[in-house]
Amino acid sequence: MTGYIFKRLLQMTLVLWVVSVIVFLMMSFTGDPVFMVVPIDATDAEIAQARRLLGLDQSLFVQYGRFVTSLVQGDFGNSYVFRQPAMALILERLPATLEMVLVAMALALVVAIPLGVYAGANPNSRISRTIMAGSLLGISLPGFWVGMVLIFLFAVHWGIFPSSGRGDTAEIFGLRVSLLTADGWHHIILPAVTLSLATMAILLRMTRAGMMEVNRQDFMKFARAKGATRRDVLYKHGLKNALIPVITIFGLQLGDLIAFATITETIFSWPGMGKLLIDSIYRADRPVIVVYLMLVALIFVVINFLVDIIYTLIDPRITLK
Amino acid sequence: MTAFLQSEFFHNYCRSSSAMIGSGLMAFFALAVLIGPFLVAQNPYDNATLNLLDSYKPPMWLEGGDPQFPLGTDGQGRDVWASILYGARISLFIGLVAMIASCTIGTVLGLIAGFYGGLADSIIMRIADIQLSFPSILIALFLMSAVGTGIDKVLIALTAVGWVVYARTVRGSTLSEIEKEYVQAAKVAGLPNTKIIRKHVLPNVLTPLIVIATIQVGTFVLIEASLSFLGVGVPITKPSLGLLIKNGFDVLFSGLWWTSVFPGFAIMMLVFGINLFGDFLRDELNPRLK
Repeated sequence: MTGYIFKRLLQMTLVLWVVSVIVFLMMSFTGDPVFMVVPIDATDAEIAQARRLLGLDQSLFVQYGRFVTSLVQGDFGNSYVFRQPAMALILERLPATLEMVLVAMALALVVAIPLGVYAGANPNSRISRTIMAGSLLGISLPGFWVGMVLIFLFAVHWGIFPSSGRGDTAEIFGLRVSLLTADGWHHIILPAVTLSLATMAILLRMTRAGMMEVNRQDFMKFARAKGATRRDVLYKHGLKNALIPVITIFGLQLGDLIAFATITETIFSWPGMGKLLIDSIYRADRPVIVVYLMLVALIFVVINFLVDIIYTLIDPRITLK
Repeated sequence: MTAFLQSEFFHNYCRSSSAMIGSGLMAFFALAVLIGPFLVAQNPYDNATLNLLDSYKPPMWLEGGDPQFPLGTDGQGRDVWASILYGARISLFIGLVAMIASCTIGTVLGLIAGFYGGLADSIIMRIADIQLSFPSILIALFLMSAVGTGIDKVLIALTAVGWVVYARTVRGSTLSEIEKEYVQAAKVAGLPNTKIIRKHVLPNVLTPLIVIATIQVGTFVLIEASLSFLGVGVPITKPSLGLLIKNGFDVLFSGLWWTSVFPGFAIMMLVFGINLFGDFLRDELNPRLK
């Protein structure tokens, strides 16, 4: 196990290194950030001066060397727009994104698992067919459009929920969290529902497929034969075994939710890091884009790593090599 | 033809309502993009046919609606229905072309990785692994932010995220095919590797790709719509369904819902049709599930 963890950590570092090279190269070949920092009427000398200050006059190799050195030191430079450390800007917005992602994930699980178990246990019933058609529709929906329809209905038309922003937040351990205030919950419902739909549909389908697979196996027949209640058979014997593939998808979905949060945050003006990314893309604010990508890459490799570890914990049959 | 009509595939197709609905929706959209623009009087991108006096007309069944514009009009007096027909053209074009490009590149790389193994295999599969650990929408978003807007660039970004799934599938099937006797026999007969790959391996690894390719068109339509919605997809002069939604979003708060709701509904129906039919194909082509 220790050997495996060590090997994985090495792999993760390698992946992050590759990502850093790609991010650096793409950023270098596109646009000239110097025009983001100089005034419109800057003279050639001023532009050259700014370019020197940003280090853009050196060779790509030297630039990459400096880029990686500062990455390792945790120094991502200042945002061209906000003139503040890019890392601080992202970290400041990270809790907002994470809480939306977590609420969306919780929502998806609470709805998807029971419906998936039901549809898997009764594959031919009318209700199951409706659930499955609904889940397919959920995969086919453009997420941002759902958000807009919800805004139109619940905010513009009926005025039940606010259309944008994060509402009141309360501070806990130095983090600003909106899940502690009623107003915060009021604001998070619509974006979280929007974000959760696709994940809900995918988890539901995975749970159903897992249940159908498990249902055919002997230990399920045995559990029924020994007289366990239907509920116990399904949830204690069935679901536990059906959940293994669901956990992989769960990990991937967590990543997808963080990615799709950029779109949801844009629609609902949710002050998270995804909205900051989109704004930074419009303004060619390179340092912020770089921090976002490196941070998200780090989150993803850690999630993948944890999923593999969790595997062994829930299923002793799996050994990691 | 009669052989097809008597086949199990066709029999199951007739019995599956989801397959019928799915293919029906696909056929509707195929028809809509092929002949749709000839059915509407207005070309929404020819300014000569637009009249600003027609702007923001609601759908025809609402008060103030005009039967000339069944789904209402946008701020420039563009017919929403005509915009959808023209926009679906762009969306589907992008989805199909990017799928074909991804499939071609992914299949070739998968064949190389599976057949030759070694260094090529390691490199291709490591790239695929790294890429698969990131959501495609994020990779596409990042590529688009780097290269700028344009249909060609959307195609490149989608292909860059789409080839992986083919490469992995083809590599897997190739590995099992080259162990089989007919490939061994071809090798013994002294056929050149390229010919073995083309004539013997390729036809036998294609079946699983049909399902992937079908569903991928839908996925690509959705990704393209998201990119365009975020303003890093197609240019304003070539509005896909996603860009129509984005334009409609700006006036949503004034209660003008029809300019964004109908294009979104069109995307939903298109992708839903593709997914329904793709699901049916998956069940049919994968005997393990029967």
